[in-house]
Amino acid sequence: MTEQIVYIQGVVLNEETRCTLTDLCRLCGVTAELIHDMIEEGILSPEGHSPQEWRFTLIAIKRVQTAVRLQHDLRINLPGCALALELLEELEELRRLSQRS
Amino acid sequence: MEYKDYYQILGITRDATQDQIKQAYRKVARKYHPDVSKERDAEAQFKNAGEAYEVLKDPEKRAAYDKFGANWRDGQDFEPPPNWDAGFEFRGAGYAGEDATGFSDFFESLFGHGHSDRQRQHVFKMKGEDQHAKIIISLADAYSGAKQTLTLTRPAVDDSGHVRTTPHRLHVVIPQGITEGQRIRLEGQGLPGYGGSPPGDLFLEIAFQEDRLFHAEKRDIHLTLPITPWEAALGAALTVPTLGGNVQVKIPPGSQSGKKLRLKGKGLSTGSQRGDQIITLYIVVPEPKNEEQRNLYATMAEKMPFNPRSELGT
Repeated sequence: MTEQIVYIQGVVLNEETRCTLTDLCRLCGVTAELIHDMIEEGILSPEGHSPQEWRFTLIAIKRVQTAVRLQHDLRINLPGCALALELLEELEELRRLSQRS
Repeated sequence: MEYKDYYQILGITRDATQDQIKQAYRKVARKYHPDVSKERDAEAQFKNAGEAYEVLKDPEKRAAYDKFGANWRDGQDFEPPPNWDAGFEFRGAGYAGEDATGFSDFFESLFGHGHSDRQRQHVFKMKGEDQHAKIIISLADAYSGAKQTLTLTRPAVDDSGHVRTTPHRLHVVIPQGITEGQRIRLEGQGLPGYGGSPPGDLFLEIAFQEDRLFHAEKRDIHLTLPITPWEAALGAALTVPTLGGNVQVKIPPGSQSGKKLRLKGKGLSTGSQRGDQIITLYIVVPEPKNEEQRNLYATMAEKMPFNPRSELGT
C-alpha cells in the first residue's frame, strides 16, 4: 500500500503582502490595543491613516511575536522592546556581514 | 529520570538568597533567550533556566528540592524517595504556572503538571500554541523551489496526562525564490488546541546551507569569477555557472578586477519579485613558468608603459 504524501503549501511572510489590523491580531493572538501601543512606540509602522485603513506587511508578524516574547519572558516594557528589536536587527546584519569576510 | 541541578543551571551556590536567584535567572534568561541568542542550544538552556527559577523562586518548592541534598550531579539517574514531599503544601494543587509544557520529567515528577489537572477539572477552550522552527535548505532549492519532509519534535499530552515529546513529520512546499530569514506560515500545523479549539500555526524560518560557489544577499546571488588578464583586457565570452545551470557571459574588453556584471533574473526570483546574479570579476595573474613566458611579461612591460600608482603620486 502506498501512502499518498500531501505537501502543505504555506504562506510566505514577505514584504509585499499586506494584512489588516484584524488579520494581524488574529495571526499573532494579540489585542488591537497592543498593536496600537506598538505603533506608538514605532515598533510597527503600517500604511494608512486610521485603524480601518492600516495595512501591515507580513514582516510585522515577526516583530509582534518577538516583542511579545521579550515582554513576557524578559519583562521588557514596550520602549525596551523597540530598542531591543532595532539592536537585534542590526546585530543580525552585522553577523551576516562578518560571515562573508 | 535525570537529576537536575537547578543551582548549577543558574550558576549560583546553594546558599544563594532569593534576590540572588532572581538576578541570576534574569541574567541567564537574557543570555539564552531564543530571540536574542544565536547559540545552538539556546532554547533548551532558556527552558532549563525557566524550570530552575520556577522551583527556586518559590521558598516551598526550593525547600522541598533542597531536601535531596547537595550530593546529586546534574544528569545523574534519579528517583524521588517515597513520601519525599510530606509536609509541603504545593503538591495536589500542582504546578499552575502559565506554561508548564516543556518542563522536564524531573520537574513533573516532583511538582506535578498544571495542564492535565486543569483539563480534568473544567473544560477550557484555548487555541493551540504556535510553533517555530528553522529549516536549512540549499540555494538550489531556494532558486527553483522544492518539496521537503521535515521532522519536528513537539510536546503532546498523552492519555494519562503526561507530557511526552513526539516526532511530527511534515511535508512542505518550499516556494521558488524564498530568501534567507523569510518565514513560511503553515496554518493549523502548530500545537493542538484545547477543548475543540483550533490548533496553532507553524512558522518555519528559512536558513541557507553554506554554498561552495554562491552566496545570497537578499534576492541577489553573488559569484566571484576568476578570469585571465587577457580575457579582462580583450574581452571574452565565458561559460559561467548559475543556480539555474551554465550560461554564456560576455566579458567586456578593458574589465578590471572587482567589476560587477549583472545577470538579470538569475537570482532568487518569484512571480512578482526579481533577483539577479551578480558576478564579480577577479583577475588571476599566471606565474611565468619558463624563460619564454617571462619574456612575454618583459615585452609587455616594455611595450605597454603603464603606472597604476599615478594617483598615489609615486
